[in-house]
Amino acid sequence: METKRKKLYLCGFLLLLFLSAVLFVLNLGMGSSSMDPSGSLAVLFGKNCDAAARRIIFDIRLPRATAALLLGGALSVAGFLLQSFFRNPIAGPFVLGISSGAKMTVAIVMIAAMQGGFLLNSACMITAAFVGALSSMGVILLVSGRVKNMAQLIITGVMIGYICNAVTDLAANFADDANIVNLHNWSMGSFSGIKRDDIKIIAAMVFIAALCAFFMSKPIDAYRLGEAYAENMGVNIRFFRVALIFISSFLSACVTAFAGPVSFVGVAVPHLIKSLFNTAKPIIIIPASFLGGGCFCMCCDLMARMLFAPRELNVSTVTAFFGAPIVIWIMLKREKREV
Amino acid sequence: MMDNGCVLCAKGLAAGYSKKIVVDGLSFELKPGQILTLIGPNGAGKSTVLKTITGHLPLVSGELMLCQKDLKAMNEKEISKKMSVLLTEKLTAERMTCGDVVCAGRYPYTGMFGVLDKDDIKKVKEAMELTAVSELYDRDFGQISDGQRQCVMLARAIAQEPEVLLLDEPTSYLDVGHKLQILTVIRKLVTKRNIAVIQSLHELDMAQKFSDRVLCIKDGKADRIGTPEEIFEGSYILKLYGIKDGSYDTYYASAEMPAVKGDPQVFVIGGGGKGISVYRRLQRQGIPFAAGVIHENDIEYPAAKALAAAVIAERAFEPISEENIEKARQIIKKCGKVICCADTFGAMNKGNETLYNYAAENSLL
Repeated sequence: METKRKKLYLCGFLLLLFLSAVLFVLNLGMGSSSMDPSGSLAVLFGKNCDAAARRIIFDIRLPRATAALLLGGALSVAGFLLQSFFRNPIAGPFVLGISSGAKMTVAIVMIAAMQGGFLLNSACMITAAFVGALSSMGVILLVSGRVKNMAQLIITGVMIGYICNAVTDLAANFADDANIVNLHNWSMGSFSGIKRDDIKIIAAMVFIAALCAFFMSKPIDAYRLGEAYAENMGVNIRFFRVALIFISSFLSACVTAFAGPVSFVGVAVPHLIKSLFNTAKPIIIIPASFLGGGCFCMCCDLMARMLFAPRELNVSTVTAFFGAPIVIWIMLKREKREV
Repeated sequence: MMDNGCVLCAKGLAAGYSKKIVVDGLSFELKPGQILTLIGPNGAGKSTVLKTITGHLPLVSGELMLCQKDLKAMNEKEISKKMSVLLTEKLTAERMTCGDVVCAGRYPYTGMFGVLDKDDIKKVKEAMELTAVSELYDRDFGQISDGQRQCVMLARAIAQEPEVLLLDEPTSYLDVGHKLQILTVIRKLVTKRNIAVIQSLHELDMAQKFSDRVLCIKDGKADRIGTPEEIFEGSYILKLYGIKDGSYDTYYASAEMPAVKGDPQVFVIGGGGKGISVYRRLQRQGIPFAAGVIHENDIEYPAAKALAAAVIAERAFEPISEENIEKARQIIKKCGKVICCADTFGAMNKGNETLYNYAAENSLL
């Protein structure tokens, strides 16, 4: 049985790695000017010196595909952490309003900066998003102490999301027309417009946070049996809770700062991964969710670009289309179990 | 502090919440190989005391020593190697097999990523064997019965290799078979591995049979502490639980409903245990009755005493006296109805045969 399990894990990881690679290459190759995979790889490794192709690959598609991979992974890990923290299978950065909170503060800072006529750097954006994410998280934590029912928690999260969106809209009223277009695009979730320089920052931030999450897999594992048992097994609960809140908020904030709120990835992907691996062991699920989230977002972004080309969809439109039904599915499955 | 051989020691312990102290002035000592059981009415604070010992609630005041060390000065990791727990809260372990749950008990001993080595696996298997759940290793923890679940959780606590095992109502919600199984495993563990157990129980019969010491908590303080023989003596249990109607027999650990008061309408000739069901039926129907003539060492004497409006009793090992026969005859005359549960009469209850014949002659049966 143990060896069977290990084989399953190995196969799962190989499948995810393979999928990531394929989707990554597809993302580089497909678009308004299509290239076959070998062509795009040739450009990537410097064998093709066509300037136009190089520009397309290096300035547009490579940053975008990398962003989808990294930010998708970040969202999924954040989702998994939140699900573990709240013991709620449908918790996630989007449904709990954390993404919206980050979006609100980023939008406000962005509009203020535009009005003032100065440019924002990535650090400002991430900080603003982090503050927003933490404030949403704070409200959720206050409420979660009082409600025991998992649906009530989610409803609270959705409501927080609405409030944050309302504030964002209100702020948008004070922005110039030209800026609204820009803001609107970002506020619906999109991997476009991420520059090469951003990628370095994203990669550094996401890797550090995801690594921190991975190093917490042992206490998260213990926490699965409940707080009291985790405590008895030697987990420093207070530190653990704070760390989990910060890491998940930070991951969500990174995503929102660069790609806006991307919906349902945080709920859907960890769930699919758990089903695939038939376990919820954090040490497996955290890295697998990261890869899975990357695949999911690359796939959705590809669809967002290609389905109605040259018209481009918001990536949230596509992720919601696939993610939201999964949430309903999880709820139905839970119902059945409880009966 | 001097080494007094205690693994768990409380001195003037106050347990509760910052604003409200639930239990105060609790002192006890627990030695390896001992089972200490906390009993007391609902809401007396047994769970609060246990939660304070696990560190889930902060110690309000007093002193608590675990393996000769001040509990306050120990970190979670140190405590986890000395004490493991089995709590009442229901678990929903997502996608965990029973094996996974027991493996979690090895947490304090594994490295940074919690990977179990061969030795850990061996200890997990041993623990599961001890609680007879080995065959559940690969089963989903969410899909086994309450009794099995409790056994798996006990295996988890055992796998943690504690010196002190803390159990909060380990047998609640279990059928009698699982109750016995759990407590037998605990007793075996105490004897074999010389660990100490502190537990809370609601089942007084189990507390009486499986404890080395019993601590009674009532009205926010330790009411009594002692051996089961000292605690389960006389009418103390009635006092502890504030039972005004009804009775509790400490030999059989059985509680009876209050007797129906009034002039007896039926006389029951009992003895040898055959009358118990009749007494209970009459009690349920609300009919006051008299019982006799029963020897004080008869197994149904406690039930008769608890349920009958009047009991005519004979001293142990003595033949029934003329005086008692006459007394019984008077009552039979008054109530005019007799139920005879005895089917044989020997030398010592010859008197009951006399009463039976008297009733038969007067067609009162």
